[in-house]
Amino acid sequence: MSTTTTGPQTSGTRMDTGEDIGAIDTLRRGVAISPELKEGVWATLLLAVIASCGQVVVPIAVQQTLDRGLNGPGGPRLGYVVWMGLAAAAAIAVTSTASYLMTSRLFATSERGLATLRIKAFRHVHDLPLLTQNTERRGALVSRVTSDVDQVSQFLVFGGLIFVVSVGQMLVATVLMVVYSWQLALVVWLSFAPLFLSIRYFQRKLSAAYGVVRHQVGVLLGAISEPVVGAAVVRSYAVEDRTQRRIDRAIGAYQSASTRAQKFTVVSFSLGGISAGLANAGVLIVGVLLGFTTDMTAGKVLAFAFLVTLFVGPVQMGTQILTDAQNAIASWRRVIGILETPADLVDPGPDGVVLPRGPIDVTFDHVSFAYPDGPPVLVDVDLHLEAGTRVAIVGETGSGKSTFAKLLTRLMDPVEGAVLLDGLDVRTIAQESLRASVVLVPQEGFLFDDSIAANVRYGRLGATEEEIRASARELGLSEWLEGLPRGLATKVGQRGESLSAGERQLVALLRAHLADPDLLVLDEATSAVDPRLEMQIGRALERLMEARTSVTIAHRLSTAEAADEVIVVDRGRVVQRGPHRELVAQEGSVYAGLHASWIAQHDA
Amino acid sequence: MGSEESQRRSTTLEGFRVLGHAIRREPGIFVLSTLGSVLFAVLTVADAWVLGWATDHVVIPAFETGEIGAGLLWAVLGLFLGVAILRAVGIVARRLGAGVMQYRMQAHTRRAVTRQYLTLPMEWHQRHPTGQLLSNAYSDVEAAWAPIAPLPMALGTVVMMVIAVVQMLLADVVMALVGLLVFPLVLVANLAYQRLASPLMTHAQGLRAEVSEIAHESFDGAMVVKTLGREGEETERFRAKAHELRDVNIRVGRIRAAFDPTLASLPNVGVLVVLAVGVARVTSGQTDAGDVVTVAYLLTIVSFPIRAIGWLLGEFPRSVVGFRRTRAVIEATGSMPHGGEALPTTPVGARLEVDGLRYSYDEEAPLLQGLSFDVEPGRTVAIVGATASGKSTLTSLLTRLVDPDGGRILVDGADLRDLAHGELARSVALVPQNAFLFDDTVRGNVTLGAEVPDEDVWAALRAAQADGFVAALPHGLDTRLGERGTSLSGGQRQRISLARALVRRPRLLILDDATSAVDPEVEARILATLRHGAMGDGDSTGGSDTTLVVVAYRKATISLADDVIHLQDGRVAGRGHHADLLSSSPAYARLVNAYEQAAHEAGER
Ligand SMILES: Nc1ncnc2c1ncn2[C@@H]1O[C@H](COP(=O)(O)OP(=O)(O)OP(=O)(O)O)[C@@H](O)[C@H]1O
Ligand SMILES: Nc1ncnc2c1ncn2[C@@H]1O[C@H](COP(=O)(O)OP(=O)(O)OP(=O)(O)O)[C@@H](O)[C@H]1O
Ligand SMILES: [Mg+2]
Ligand SMILES: [Mg+2]
Repeated sequence: MSTTTTGPQTSGTRMDTGEDIGAIDTLRRGVAISPELKEGVWATLLLAVIASCGQVVVPIAVQQTLDRGLNGPGGPRLGYVVWMGLAAAAAIAVTSTASYLMTSRLFATSERGLATLRIKAFRHVHDLPLLTQNTERRGALVSRVTSDVDQVSQFLVFGGLIFVVSVGQMLVATVLMVVYSWQLALVVWLSFAPLFLSIRYFQRKLSAAYGVVRHQVGVLLGAISEPVVGAAVVRSYAVEDRTQRRIDRAIGAYQSASTRAQKFTVVSFSLGGISAGLANAGVLIVGVLLGFTTDMTAGKVLAFAFLVTLFVGPVQMGTQILTDAQNAIASWRRVIGILETPADLVDPGPDGVVLPRGPIDVTFDHVSFAYPDGPPVLVDVDLHLEAGTRVAIVGETGSGKSTFAKLLTRLMDPVEGAVLLDGLDVRTIAQESLRASVVLVPQEGFLFDDSIAANVRYGRLGATEEEIRASARELGLSEWLEGLPRGLATKVGQRGESLSAGERQLVALLRAHLADPDLLVLDEATSAVDPRLEMQIGRALERLMEARTSVTIAHRLSTAEAADEVIVVDRGRVVQRGPHRELVAQEGSVYAGLHASWIAQHDA
Repeated sequence: MGSEESQRRSTTLEGFRVLGHAIRREPGIFVLSTLGSVLFAVLTVADAWVLGWATDHVVIPAFETGEIGAGLLWAVLGLFLGVAILRAVGIVARRLGAGVMQYRMQAHTRRAVTRQYLTLPMEWHQRHPTGQLLSNAYSDVEAAWAPIAPLPMALGTVVMMVIAVVQMLLADVVMALVGLLVFPLVLVANLAYQRLASPLMTHAQGLRAEVSEIAHESFDGAMVVKTLGREGEETERFRAKAHELRDVNIRVGRIRAAFDPTLASLPNVGVLVVLAVGVARVTSGQTDAGDVVTVAYLLTIVSFPIRAIGWLLGEFPRSVVGFRRTRAVIEATGSMPHGGEALPTTPVGARLEVDGLRYSYDEEAPLLQGLSFDVEPGRTVAIVGATASGKSTLTSLLTRLVDPDGGRILVDGADLRDLAHGELARSVALVPQNAFLFDDTVRGNVTLGAEVPDEDVWAALRAAQADGFVAALPHGLDTRLGERGTSLSGGQRQRISLARALVRRPRLLILDDATSAVDPEVEARILATLRHGAMGDGDSTGGSDTTLVVVAYRKATISLADDVIHLQDGRVAGRGHHADLLSSSPAYARLVNAYEQAAHEAGER
């Protein structure tokens, strides 16, 4: 879905809600996204026609048998009964088979199509820029690839084709009616005019109402997932009641949205019933009146009354489906909305250049950055980091260090200026190559609910246990790893929560090391590890980073002391840079201040 | 829950039992919607009667006599419209009633399920992925109450069916009995359907939860996925499950596709059988043709109720599965029982005693093995130990996030397990190692809904050194922070989390490495404030009254403590003042002096 035009400069597009995609447009785009939905549609339609004809033919055949064969003027006609009975049985068999084939085909195609939709939407969420991902709660995002898709599926199976068939039946009935008597046909259509005219109105109302319903599902899941993830905080502060009130509010909002939508559904549906009564009365009355002036007969009027029922059935079915459709379309929109959200950080795709392997040199060319609707966070950062150096970034909290790291690894694009790796603008580098060469260990470690081995393999797919152990050895983590009762098979739990905070960081570090990057960016990667282990890792990294470039963000100035160069960030600007010794010597400087409090702490 | 076999056999019964729950819970609205449905059924019959009446009394006479009174025409219009309007009323009552009932039941269950999420112990949460819990609260609840929608319709048509059956029996008992053979066949078809569909639907609901799990986890870890370029692998993982779900759904679809037309055609088959029998009986003179017609006609009438009931039964397997899955949450036990004791409300710091504390996550690897220490009111104790030595575990025991396997923890002499709910939280606050912020305003995150004046919020923020950046936020205290506080830096988040604890003026404050993402300068200021009165208002009156337990690595923090507890191998390996421990315990010195040692070595190089 990516376009090659460069997107808007701030990478903070909100997640598209899909709300302004029209109904027809939704169907069109939906089918374009899931081409499976079109597969074999004609054959299925044919089966649908057979099945629905059968629904008319079977009762007629039965009725004919009764009327003519059994109840005829000359007493029961055995032969007729037998033949008609056999014909009816055959019709039942054909109808049932057609109906079975149709429904199972519908299930198959719609499930296939929706699986595709689900998967594409899931993938697209990952292709979205970090900041866009953060504009929606995780729970709400989950609802878009789960319950919303399920909702579409129910409609596609039971709705889509039946609607087409209903419209067909309606047209056939209309033709028959016109053939019988165009005046009476007109009466019927006039009776239904209010319904047909109001459909658009109701559709709009329903569309809005179901839009709210689906939105509330997202809100609900968001409201539930948050306190579930933060269960420890809820528990230790005993704020269960308040949290429950918030959840209850979301539950209530979803309930009232659903009820409201149901009201519209019901009203629009019952309108159909009233129209039908009007049509029946109208046909009889006008029929009688016509009898005085034209060749209308009582038999014709009664036959026509039967035709009206043929017309009313599909109309009601059709209205019903249109209502269901609004519910489904409201869901479909939300899923399509994800796919319509531009992936601002456009992967240059096949045009992307490939970074040569080997230590990378980094240039920030007058880079400025601001989060969407926020103040500038980085201002005119202009610097060059030599390939193969070890750089430490220090600065107060909130000064922009993590922002720097995210720009460097292209999780975001600068608002102004450019980030260059080996002289290449990161925006032109193929994603795959970039991710293989540049690895960030973010401040908030995240592990998947699996074993340590599986998590570490995230860095290099297919790494053998031996390779993992070797990596751990290089980092000085063997002792820790061997000390775990289950070793590499240790389950880390959700988000890694069955490990201690320090252990989580060790796994993240091991994962990054296994990825073997040319540029490694560590954002407070060992902040929770005990000093002894941290120094051990620090020394190991010093060795390992010799042939690479590394950028380390740390509050513990021990890291800065060991680096080739220190960059001091203060309120979004680079205020000092150079080796540790030089910077400490600059009296009254930011770094000297930071260092003084660090020393003060340690001499305490 | 019995064996799988017995589960399968009883799906229909259990489906009705599930509905029974709903009816008992919402009897009023259920009666209303059923009455609506009966009204609808009766008026559907009336519609045919009106047509017959109009034919006999209006249409035929009019054509015969060539004239018609205006009054009669109005009567026709009035009758048809009257019936239609009443029928519409029936529809509204039935469908709206069913909808309202369904949504109410969903809300009841959702409240019950989420209440459990908030009361079940942490240990339960660790075994249940968030995505699965989302699926329980949404998809399973939807599934459980889905049969409520077709329920009134099915019940209303039962009335139709009973009338038809009685009339059949009155017409000709033999043929009626033949015709009624349809019912056992319907039963058999239903049984076959439930038996085939149930296990598949169980599987499908399980897969739905798994799909939700993968999605939630993967979106949660989106940043890691991105930084390592693993979008493709994640998509593969999701695809595999989504395809599994798709395949099961297709199989369910096939069964459903067979069930619906079977039910639809059974009455028609019945009619044919009745015809065959009827012809024989008519020719042998045992009955007359009219009765055959009547019975056959009545059978066709029965076909609609059968289908309506079929729609109801068709929802059963999914409903039963959804119901069971939500029940499993609602009936999950293990919530922590609370006692009734209260803690004193003095502003004096709490006294903490830990006595023979034992805890392990894994029996084979005991973690805390008989930990004993106490902390006098107003004292500050630092807990120091290597990575994974059990410090955070200890803090979660102290705040009763988990209960110990052995030993006990006393606050002011009261065992934590004897305290009433909320009592501990009133006196003890934990600042966890990982700051967790809610998608709420700064104020909401600090107060967590407690009635706290803004001055106190600011005082707490000041004590946590967070006032500066909060004041600079676009809406100050009212700035929304985004899910998990994404719009703040790591250190900013930690300080909000700290302010949250401070604003409560706890008598025992536990900091679990709560300043790791804060730079040295800010940390020094925070520590100074904590030392001189948590809220800054006890300023120079001789320090804080709060008892402080800090998990820390940094020497500044450690040396601030009156006492240090060195945790090693699940025991207190040493206790005393920092300086004393440094000289008496080489292991302790190695742990905390690592930076100096490194600097020293570097200096020598
Ligand atoms: N997603 C975001 N949306 C809006 N503002 C943000 C976002 N992320 C960070 N900021 C703001 O940008 C500024 C810099 O944040 P950044 O995370 O780069 O700081 P940092 O130097 O890494 O701090 P720390 O040492 O605390 O991790 C902070 O004021 C922060 O509030
Ligand atoms: N929920 C859990 N399930 C299973 N094991 C756990 C769980 N939480 C912690 N552990 C294990 O218990 C041990 C102690 O963990 P804990 O978090 O208490 O350590 P810690 O001392 O706080 O370490 P750190 O300094 O890294 O924060 C670790 O080995 C960890 O793997
Ligand atoms: Mg940061
Ligand atoms: Mg810990």
